[in-house]
Amino acid sequence: MTEAVDVQNVKVVVFQLADKEYVIPVTHVQGIEKLTHITRVPKTPSYVKGVINLRGVVTPIIDLRNRLGLGESNLNEASRIIIITLEDMNVGVIVDSANDVLDIPTDSIEPQPEVVGGFEEDYIAGVAKLDSRLLILLHMHLVLNPIKSGV
Amino acid sequence: MDTSQYLEMFIEESKEHLQACNEHLLELEKNPEDIAIVNEVFRSAHTLKGMSATMGYEDIANLTHKMENVLDEIRNNRLHVTADLLDVVFTAVDQLEEMVLDIAAGGNGKLDVADTVQKLHAIETGEEVPVAATTVEETVTVDSSNVQNWLNYDDYELTVIQQSLEQDYHTYEIYVKLREDCLLKAARVYMVFELLEKMGDVIKSSPSVEKLEEEDFDEVFYIALVTNEPKDDVQKKLMKVSEVTEVVVQAVTLEQLKTRQQDELSKVEEEKQVAVQTPEQTSETTELQPEKKEKSSAPKGNTPTSSKTIRVNIERLDVLMNLFEELVIDRGRLQSISEDLRNAELDETVERMSRITGDLQNIILNMRMVPVETVFNRFPRMVRQLARDLNKKINLEVIGAETELDRTVIDEIGDPLVHLIRNSLDHGIESPEVRKSKGKPEEGTVVLRAYHSGNHVFIEIEDDGAGINREKVLKKAISRGIVSEEVALTLTDKQVAELILSSGFSTADVISDVSGRGVGLDVVKTTIESLGGTIEISSTEGKGSLFSIQLPLTLSIISVMLVELGEEIYAIPLSSIIETAIIRSSDILNAHNQKVIDFRGKVVPLVFLEDVFDVPRESTKEEFHSVVLVRKGDKMAGLVVDSFIGQQEVVLKSLGAYLTSVFAISGATILGNGKVALIVDCNALII
Repeated sequence: MTEAVDVQNVKVVVFQLADKEYVIPVTHVQGIEKLTHITRVPKTPSYVKGVINLRGVVTPIIDLRNRLGLGESNLNEASRIIIITLEDMNVGVIVDSANDVLDIPTDSIEPQPEVVGGFEEDYIAGVAKLDSRLLILLHMHLVLNPIKSGV
Repeated sequence: MDTSQYLEMFIEESKEHLQACNEHLLELEKNPEDIAIVNEVFRSAHTLKGMSATMGYEDIANLTHKMENVLDEIRNNRLHVTADLLDVVFTAVDQLEEMVLDIAAGGNGKLDVADTVQKLHAIETGEEVPVAATTVEETVTVDSSNVQNWLNYDDYELTVIQQSLEQDYHTYEIYVKLREDCLLKAARVYMVFELLEKMGDVIKSSPSVEKLEEEDFDEVFYIALVTNEPKDDVQKKLMKVSEVTEVVVQAVTLEQLKTRQQDELSKVEEEKQVAVQTPEQTSETTELQPEKKEKSSAPKGNTPTSSKTIRVNIERLDVLMNLFEELVIDRGRLQSISEDLRNAELDETVERMSRITGDLQNIILNMRMVPVETVFNRFPRMVRQLARDLNKKINLEVIGAETELDRTVIDEIGDPLVHLIRNSLDHGIESPEVRKSKGKPEEGTVVLRAYHSGNHVFIEIEDDGAGINREKVLKKAISRGIVSEEVALTLTDKQVAELILSSGFSTADVISDVSGRGVGLDVVKTTIESLGGTIEISSTEGKGSLFSIQLPLTLSIISVMLVELGEEIYAIPLSSIIETAIIRSSDILNAHNQKVIDFRGKVVPLVFLEDVFDVPRESTKEEFHSVVLVRKGDKMAGLVVDSFIGQQEVVLKSLGAYLTSVFAISGATILGNGKVALIVDCNALII
């Protein structure tokens, strides 16, 4: 790969949810953590799993499967928490597994085809085709829209 | 204005700017045509001028002002950069440095810069720089700067001076400097002249009287006065005129005047004449010296205090606080480990560590304390303005402005106080006519008071206004549906008064832009409660009201009681807990679908936390219940939990920007085992 191509690439973290692969730009990713004890926060939407102690910082955790309407996550050894930073907000999302870090050319990203039905499409910013893989680019701002519960 | 708090910043920044000036001037010497460099120097000089004028260092401001003028001329291509010119500018920068260093060492930053100012002025007005021919002459010019040729007299004036001197009158040349931001210069000039004319005769002024009246001068003017008053008296009297920042009075002898005149007549003979003049001037200088020393010795008394403090960036303090919080968390963990292990030596060490961290906590929290003065400072002006807008006469008394509070609290408390003060001015204090008819003094008084008490800080706002009208408040509260008529009858005066803090309440018949639409006081209450504080009102109709705010000393580390609910641990702030109790199931009574207990003769509603928080588990039927009794103002509630764990100091953390305002949870904390526990917001649970 030449440097000229690099400029048009976007580095992404690839993770698995259900049977699909999703990506988010690494610039938003602060780190990937293994599952630790999550403290439940009452009176919050079901996709808010609670909060964890991330090296002294209380960080909220959401279940991305549930958030995208793909059912409840089965927490197991492969499950990971991806810590995402958006502006001044830190949120951890639970994914089935974190697979890879990839460079994908920006021109391979296409907008979401509108024919696909379902709840999750609201949060999809685009789809990238890389060889035989189909990578779904998530719109993190919409996914992590701050919530006000119990009010 | 008290500028001492900015002194260190001023010194640091001045040094930086002077350094920049020096560097750029050196560059300019190499590239005399480069206007960009001149701009750089100009900018530094300009900033320095502004800062020093604000801080009240007139000499620095004066010198930089002149320097700026010269630089401006260069910038506009009216002057060319020459070595001589740069010499003078360099001298100016050197003198500025000297003054700044003097200030840093505790001095008053005074330095005789008249000579350099004159030179700069000469350059600016296009005159050649008087180049010192010999070193001897150089020293002479420096000396003579003490008696400067401020004024030139014509023959008639000289005769007047001569005659008055023969009659034992003194002649003084007076240098008067006005504040740079002086608005009514002509008025100040008039006041100065009036004063002088009482003491003697003004024989000359520069600029002329006409020009002074037209305000056609900068900040400085010179006057020649014939009087029999002593020199110091003249100076002191003139300093009494407001907006006059500097007055220098120098005595003039006939000989000096003559030599001066001769100087002008025969420049060839200059050297000799000046040499003759020297002995006299030395006597003059010695006369001036002690006075100067006196001046500078006074501020020097303050120096020890400034040397004992250092300036620390607030961010560093925050970092320190964060690190300390980590330590508190680890301390908690160590404590729980040592309890499990029951090793005597470990216990001892942990005990010791706990004590030391306790001391450390006090020190660190103290470092973050800021006097409430920083908030109170802006109120006198605000009150003055509002009083004028409202056509009321109001006197604001500020008491205890030195009381210290945690910085985080200080940041938040400003707005609520503004609301409360506005409220007092608008609704509390009556108009002068009403006050008069009630037999009160026309001028209303608002007292703003701050003081420490125990682990809390109290801020009170007291006015001697109309007080709260019970009937009026109740009528309004009922019409707004805040209370029912039946309830209204049972309320105490205090409870009625506190109704005005409810949302959607406004007693002002006319909605004014001063205290809004009654949303203000509601917001005040929420803000104060979010700070962990309380607000109380006591009011006597016709006499006035007292708003009392109670605030915790700090927000970051609080004492909590840890309780267990199923598998989960919650923390309840100790500040809202009255006591804990164990009750039997049979003691629980039912009243209007609400479970209550009879606690020490009071009916207290029960809140089952496991229901409120939907704790996931099979419901258990237990014989005994652990209850934490909490209060909010006069109201109480019993929080039913599974078991008590114990009391602990914890670090308050927010849930982050994603989870804002979760019901009945005010924050979180990290426990000794590294897990997160949620902090219960009792205020939300008591209705």
